[in-house]
Amino acid sequence: MANFQEKIAKLFPEATFEGEETVMISIPDVKWHDLALALRDDEDCLMDYLVTIVGMDWTDQLGCIYYLMSSKYNTMIGVKVTTTDRERPMLHSVADVWKVACLFEREVYDFFGIIFIGNPDMRRLFLSIDWKGYPLRKDYAEQNEVSVENERQSDMTDTYIELPDGKVEKKEVAIFEPGEFVVNIGPQHPATHGVLRFRTAVDGEEIKKIDVYMGYIHRGIEKLCEDLTYPQCLPFMDRMDYFSAHNYHHGLCIAIEKAAGIQISRRAEVIRVMMDELSRIASHCLFIGTYCMDLGATTMLFYTLRVREQILDIMEKTCGARMTFNYDCIGGVMQDLAPDFQKDVKALLEILPKNIKEYNKIFTGNVIAKNRMEGVGYLSREDAISYAVTGPSGRASNWACDMRKLRPYSIYPELDFEEVTATEGDSMARFKVRMREMEESAKILAQLVDNIPEGEYCVKVPKVLKLPVGRWFTVVEGCRGAFGVYIESDGSTKPYRLKLAPPCLPLAGVVDHITRGSKIADLITIGGSLDYIVPDMDR
Amino acid sequence: MPYEAFKDNEYIEKLVKELKDNGTNVIVGSLDKLINWGRSNSLWPLTFATSCCGIEFVSLGAARFDMARFGWEVARASPRQADFIMVAGTIVNRMAPVLRRLYDQLAEPKYVIACGSCAISGGPFRKSYHVAKGIEDIVPVDVYVPGCPPRPEAMIYGIMQLSRKIKVEKFFGGVNRQEKQREFLESHPISEVED
Amino acid sequence: MQDFSTITDAIHSFLLSFLPGWLTTTVECVLIGVGLLLVYALLALFYIYYERKVCAAFQCRIGPNRVGPWGLLQSFADMFKILIKELIHLNHIDKFLFALAPYLVIIASMLAFAVLPWGNGLQIIDFNIGIFFLVAVSSIGVLGILLAGWSSNNKFTLIGALRSGAQMVSYELSIGLSVLTMVCLAGTMSVGGIVEEQSDLWFIFKGHIPALIAFVIYMIAGTAETNRGPFDLPEAESELTAGYHTEYSGIHFGFFYLAEYLNLFIVAGVASLLFLGGWMPLHIPGWDTFNHIMDYIPSVVWFIGKAIVLSFVIIWFKWTFPRLRIDQLLSLEWKYLLPINLFNLVLMVCIIVFGWHF
Repeated sequence: MANFQEKIAKLFPEATFEGEETVMISIPDVKWHDLALALRDDEDCLMDYLVTIVGMDWTDQLGCIYYLMSSKYNTMIGVKVTTTDRERPMLHSVADVWKVACLFEREVYDFFGIIFIGNPDMRRLFLSIDWKGYPLRKDYAEQNEVSVENERQSDMTDTYIELPDGKVEKKEVAIFEPGEFVVNIGPQHPATHGVLRFRTAVDGEEIKKIDVYMGYIHRGIEKLCEDLTYPQCLPFMDRMDYFSAHNYHHGLCIAIEKAAGIQISRRAEVIRVMMDELSRIASHCLFIGTYCMDLGATTMLFYTLRVREQILDIMEKTCGARMTFNYDCIGGVMQDLAPDFQKDVKALLEILPKNIKEYNKIFTGNVIAKNRMEGVGYLSREDAISYAVTGPSGRASNWACDMRKLRPYSIYPELDFEEVTATEGDSMARFKVRMREMEESAKILAQLVDNIPEGEYCVKVPKVLKLPVGRWFTVVEGCRGAFGVYIESDGSTKPYRLKLAPPCLPLAGVVDHITRGSKIADLITIGGSLDYIVPDMDR
Repeated sequence: MPYEAFKDNEYIEKLVKELKDNGTNVIVGSLDKLINWGRSNSLWPLTFATSCCGIEFVSLGAARFDMARFGWEVARASPRQADFIMVAGTIVNRMAPVLRRLYDQLAEPKYVIACGSCAISGGPFRKSYHVAKGIEDIVPVDVYVPGCPPRPEAMIYGIMQLSRKIKVEKFFGGVNRQEKQREFLESHPISEVED
Repeated sequence: MQDFSTITDAIHSFLLSFLPGWLTTTVECVLIGVGLLLVYALLALFYIYYERKVCAAFQCRIGPNRVGPWGLLQSFADMFKILIKELIHLNHIDKFLFALAPYLVIIASMLAFAVLPWGNGLQIIDFNIGIFFLVAVSSIGVLGILLAGWSSNNKFTLIGALRSGAQMVSYELSIGLSVLTMVCLAGTMSVGGIVEEQSDLWFIFKGHIPALIAFVIYMIAGTAETNRGPFDLPEAESELTAGYHTEYSGIHFGFFYLAEYLNLFIVAGVASLLFLGGWMPLHIPGWDTFNHIMDYIPSVVWFIGKAIVLSFVIIWFKWTFPRLRIDQLLSLEWKYLLPINLFNLVLMVCIIVFGWHF
């Protein structure tokens, strides 16, 4: 670690370093692109995975914090790039270094108005084309009325190019070639798993290009959280990826507890992990069901939902809700476990293997299903890392990206479970990885169900919780991939900035790349196998 | 279902009273009854879901709650063939025109159920810059089902209320519900699409 | 065995006793038309209910049970609603073709009803090319679907229609060839003749191996012909919303909806005609007592019963298998079914020539 720090300091004398656990490098914008290349390609760094870009507004300056990870050395660093221009803030794009950056930069542009020089597609991502203002800036006050008029649609996108003399020029680029047959799929479409919209250029049945439109369920959770105290932020975690409600709660709780220096009891840790794994099984169950339904085998949905209902029953007994549990809280969990909890979990563990066997019998072995999934939507390991496709989808491309193993949190290091990976990288692999992950989760549950220690389920935390000044970034494993939480505190009871880095946003970003040249029906297969949740990517 | 077991909706009681006061022709009345019987027992939802409530709507279709018992399982993906929209989830600024367009594409008679607190009022996201504060400004709503998300049982109850409401509608003569719908559409106009 | 022709003959002579010949024919035509419409509607409603119940059983659900006893009136309620639902008037479409398409689809399935052998002597028209007529009229349906997709001026419907065009034209080949195989065995194209040929033994037993192959191919191709899962690409819900009938509302959509179920019945009916003896009871040579008992079951029950059992199999396909992709669908037909079918035809001819059948 220190080794590469010296190296970078030698190469870029302007860079400053701070922080211990996660090194934060500050660099002037001019040198940023060179640094990015060096970080990615240098033998000692190999920062090939861009976790997220956090847009920031410090009122006196705007900027971005890039969190990078190395898939080889498993180290994480942050890079801070700022600009003082508020009228026309500009930074250099790294879209050519990490492919996912293109999408992340669009998000930052949408929220903060920072223009990225060199990004091929500088459009708004979540908000409509005529939206006034940049909502996550601290001085945002404009109100955009809800309108029932159709939003304006443009087939052109902007790109900003730096000329040799240092001037920046705006250029318009067409998204689709003239005369292309563009089919609009979504936002109300049964196969997009919510309200995602694809504008798909097709040639007969073959897909030539896909332009993804998001924001049909963008609810501005990050901005809302800035006006709420830390405990009040928690319920929103249920409503992002509603299948990994527990996991997301867990992530935010860890981030806040780390910042506030709260040590929670072992009982609470065990309960949290058990709930995480239960929701992982429930989530994958629903994935299998909806995926099979997308492929036309509707009946599977009913078989998988049967198991999901059983898990929801277990959760309902303890948490009191079927979907929005709001169970993990700062300092532990909300209530103690229901008396039947252990018995119910054991009953679940008993029926689960039988059910998985049944699913394999009905669907996985089916010749039509095999033909539909095998070799469809191939994603290579390099692309998976570059597009930041984490979770089961990334692991199906042979990228061991399980945050439970890479950046162990809670009691995961003590547990015996395998990280499921596959080498094929196609839809079938993504399906099978999830199938096997259910078994691994069951293994974790079996280890814990008889070993829930006694103790308090929630430690005492101050009624008014204030975090010290600073910034914290935590990554946990949701059901669909790495979920990052970035908290910046100014010492008050409310977060100055709470950035949620959802796993589903990169998943949607990769759709265009892996569907090109395949059939329309494959778009459904691929979209289903990536298993994105639209409220999660939109926030 | 016996009438007494379900006599808990003031709004529908008022409709029934209005209907009884006005009186109807025997033939037209019984035709009305037949039509309303058909309509109220055959409610086909549009597959439309934006967020969490949509997943509970899936659970509603699954084996445990089985909305097929009431004949609601024929979820149509094309708005032309559906009877009602279950607005399950938050409606944000960008989605509002889409929802309105879907509503306009539905064939008469069409109904809207606002399902969950987001659709009713914006729910936990009410203060957000990009969330519609309830869908009543976008489409006329027939039934509100509160909850975050509502349990499937609550959804069943909500759709049953809708079906009760249809039963006391009039097809011939005074059209109580449709007048309100027309009023709404006139007060919330949408500009013509240019060709 | 009860012969329904005695009843129809009685009606005929009764009408002739006080009406001139031409008027008798007209009255009979009207009567048959009304009866056909009635049977048609009732069968469709029954089939909708039947599929929903069967599907519910596969999915561990109950299915419709609130409207009427055991939910029997559910599909009636649906039909009432569809009848009075608004027909949306669309701009920028080919209005004439748009209105014509659903009628073409429904007429195609209705014409096919004319030659189905409902029972002993209960067939509307029995002419010497009956089975050929059946294959011919059922291909009018694809025209309706193509027109529906084209005239709606919608990209989804267009893709759906083109898919269905490719699919139905291909699978008609398989249907035609497997029908041909059985016609070889029967030695006649008349529907009545085919049924009579099976009076001692059904063709599926009589023609053993080639008949069995033809039966399997016919069931696969028939499922594809009716656009049902796993071959429901033209209306693949998760891909194309509702496929070629996305833009149809009200009763026009109702026609497509009804025709889908009626086609299911027709495919199952033709399969039972060609392979399972039509209305002919199960006869086993040598077991005279058994054959005699079987004769007591009315022929109408035999025919409809066979059709319903076969449609159960088709419904079973739909709720079990995932959907094929368009290229896989076509390669299944052209690379596998068609060559097997041609080989099967040769095999059947050999068997007939050498007299190897039972």
